[in-house]
Amino acid sequence: MAKIKGLKCRECGRPYPAEPLHVCEFCFGPLEVEYDYATLQKIVTRKRIEAGPPSMWRYRDLLPVDEERPVGSHCGMTPLIRARNLADALGAKEVYIKNDAVCHPTLSFKDRVVAVAVTKAMEFGFTVVACASTGNLANSVAAHAAEARLKSFIFIPANLEQGKIVGTLIYDPVLVAVDGNYDEVNRLCSEVADKYGWAFVNINIRPYYAEGSKSFGYEIVEQLGWRTPRHIVVPAAGGSLVTKIWKGLKEFHGLGLIPDCATRMHVAQAAGSSPIVTAIRNRSETIRPVRPNTICKSLAIGNPADGYYAYKAVEESRGSAADPSDDEIIAGMALLAATEGVFTETAGGVTVAAAKRLLEDGVIPRDESVVLSITGNGLKTQEVVGGVLKPPLSIKPTLKSFDAVIAERPDLGADVVSRASNTRRG
Amino acid sequence: MSVLVRIPTPLRTLTNGQAEVHAEGSSIRELIENLEGRYKGLKERLCEGKDIRRFINVYVNEEDIRFLQGTATPLKPGDRVSIVPAIAGGK
Repeated sequence: MAKIKGLKCRECGRPYPAEPLHVCEFCFGPLEVEYDYATLQKIVTRKRIEAGPPSMWRYRDLLPVDEERPVGSHCGMTPLIRARNLADALGAKEVYIKNDAVCHPTLSFKDRVVAVAVTKAMEFGFTVVACASTGNLANSVAAHAAEARLKSFIFIPANLEQGKIVGTLIYDPVLVAVDGNYDEVNRLCSEVADKYGWAFVNINIRPYYAEGSKSFGYEIVEQLGWRTPRHIVVPAAGGSLVTKIWKGLKEFHGLGLIPDCATRMHVAQAAGSSPIVTAIRNRSETIRPVRPNTICKSLAIGNPADGYYAYKAVEESRGSAADPSDDEIIAGMALLAATEGVFTETAGGVTVAAAKRLLEDGVIPRDESVVLSITGNGLKTQEVVGGVLKPPLSIKPTLKSFDAVIAERPDLGADVVSRASNTRRG
Repeated sequence: MSVLVRIPTPLRTLTNGQAEVHAEGSSIRELIENLEGRYKGLKERLCEGKDIRRFINVYVNEEDIRFLQGTATPLKPGDRVSIVPAIAGGK
């Protein structure tokens, strides 16, 4: 493929061919796709992108696929919402929600990376795709494998939320529930990948897979009218998303699509699993692994392999980090729902709560534009909010029964309103 | 008496294709020196200066040495040491 030179080690720079490889044979550093930017500079324009399909594939020049008809062709181009109510609640001037809670087809940003990975796996001629997952990736790999008519093996920690298990099983993959945490599942999968030779999207297909995350950043820029926000708050598990959004912004700048790239990247993790936030706070390049203990299972990675690069993205962009508690995470989910009508999963609660803290601490000035990365859907993690929600009013199907329950609850404000005053005046 | 060391695929060219080798050492640091004596070039691949390379995880009996004492982690006969490339992943 003309636009890609091959793969290259991020650590020692050794070149490799564009094959299903992910680790440098010499130093074990991760391999990354290397593009021919000189060629791309001649091709890629705002006009060309705007003429593309209403999906992440409008950026296909900057994604590592050859296939004309990719798997997951409707993925991406999710809403960027000007969140005025949330901005009021946070005391900020210009807040946006990038809402991948409605990403097609499995309601998380993982569809972006999997669309690229499964397309690439087919190009390479694999017949089995696989992954280690904390849930969202499991859903997405199983769904895209179904579309691509590939067999899939999905490895998850056995204690995942029910919504994520059902949301995987419906696509009829082989689901392997491992008695261990994500880091143990991941380690097992590296050995399975070694032995079985399947296309593990987040292992041997990872250099291609990870590139899909860049589209999250591209879309933010294009949807803001080809300008970058001053701040982007990004949840981190393995640390890849924040790294790739930052890379995407720099690519747009390098290709001359935007005049500057002054965005500050902020990492959000749950207090019970925050090795990247800790490193940023301590200004230490060494990411010390932790044993996760948080309700936010989708971010519960104690040993983040892209943690170092996430650290670097924050350092380079003069960003910061915050790690809210489980209570703050649930409050963040509730706040987003109450102000914007968006039901996000725990990871989105982490992002909202982290943004709140960074605004309160003055790290993000209240008069600067902020984009909150909402990466997953709340319907998948219903268990965590079940306990804090008000129960429904239970009544018989009679007006009398309704009147009786309302009479008992003056706090509901269910006053009889005359028709005239109930009509909106214009 | 010795410990059993599991070698990842990319390093097996240095161990004559062996996936597991027996080696001596009272600590991870000493083990690596002893492995270097038998399989020349292995140390350079595992270490950057005195430290284990950023993208290599070393486990002693399933425990990451970063949770133990790093390269000073003591070893006893019969321990099992795994050298595993760090694999990124998430969600």
